[in-house]
Amino acid sequence: MRRFLVLRVVGKLLIPFMLVFAFYVLFHGDFGPGGGFQAGVIAAAVVIFYGLIFGLPAVRRMVPDAIVETMVGLGVLLYAGVGVAGLVFGGNYLDYFVLGSDPVSGQHRGIFWIEMGVAITVSGVMLKIFYMFAGRGRSLEGE
Amino acid sequence: MAVTVFAIVLQRNLFSVVVLAGIYSFLMATVLVALDAVDVAMTEASVGAGISTVLLLGALYLCGGEEAKPMARPWLPLAVAAVIIGALVYGTLGLPAFSDPSAPIHVHVVPRYLNEALKETGVPNVVTAVLASYRGYDTLGEVMVVFTAGAGVIALLRRARKRVDEARQ
Repeated sequence: MRRFLVLRVVGKLLIPFMLVFAFYVLFHGDFGPGGGFQAGVIAAAVVIFYGLIFGLPAVRRMVPDAIVETMVGLGVLLYAGVGVAGLVFGGNYLDYFVLGSDPVSGQHRGIFWIEMGVAITVSGVMLKIFYMFAGRGRSLEGE
Repeated sequence: MAVTVFAIVLQRNLFSVVVLAGIYSFLMATVLVALDAVDVAMTEASVGAGISTVLLLGALYLCGGEEAKPMARPWLPLAVAAVIIGALVYGTLGLPAFSDPSAPIHVHVVPRYLNEALKETGVPNVVTAVLASYRGYDTLGEVMVVFTAGAGVIALLRRARKRVDEARQ
């Protein structure tokens, strides 16, 4: 769809704002609607949008497969790591009270990192599925 | 929404079915906003109307856009579906009335979450507090489910691609 001028221009205009919105949803999830899952999906949707306009090879150059596959595992590890950090600092697994100087700030820190882990894994998985489907179409087309 | 559902059932062109399913998701998201479930509405709009529409369109590109005519009259599945619908409707008769404040679900742990969550976690959005803190194990399980889905897709589709490569040689 690279030939369509309107799509290209509008896409280039919108994509930075969509990414900013994804991060807003992630970091503002404590105060308003949103959180890790929604932020991850929006971030993945941004990249998929880019891929729809500029084609799969372009988006694969921008966000390579290795990064996406690392993200899939990294998020789960981050989440589980927060739990282990709670153990290390002398609490129970996934106990955030011990992570900060006082219980409330510890809760805040724990929730933040957990949302981060959720967002990373979700956007990684969504992107990977999109790459796999789109790439499958391409390889069949080549035959 | 009911109109959209009937259109989906009657429509034979799969492309319009995908578009109608996206419309249905957006209507569902507005219903959820009206019910004050903004977090869920956001998820429904982005996943149901956004990403799954893209994935379904990708699948359509692979398998063509016309629904095949059914081989036989599906009377048995219809009967099973009717029985299940009857059982579910019968089950809803025993539920407390909609938005009844004395329903069991509203008096068990909900008052504690609503009153104490801000004090205990410092997070004004109670949904986030419950998801990430009080129900941290459940959310970890959910992330595991997402991870497993991704790993499964990778395992299945990558093997298929390798087989195609082998067949080519």
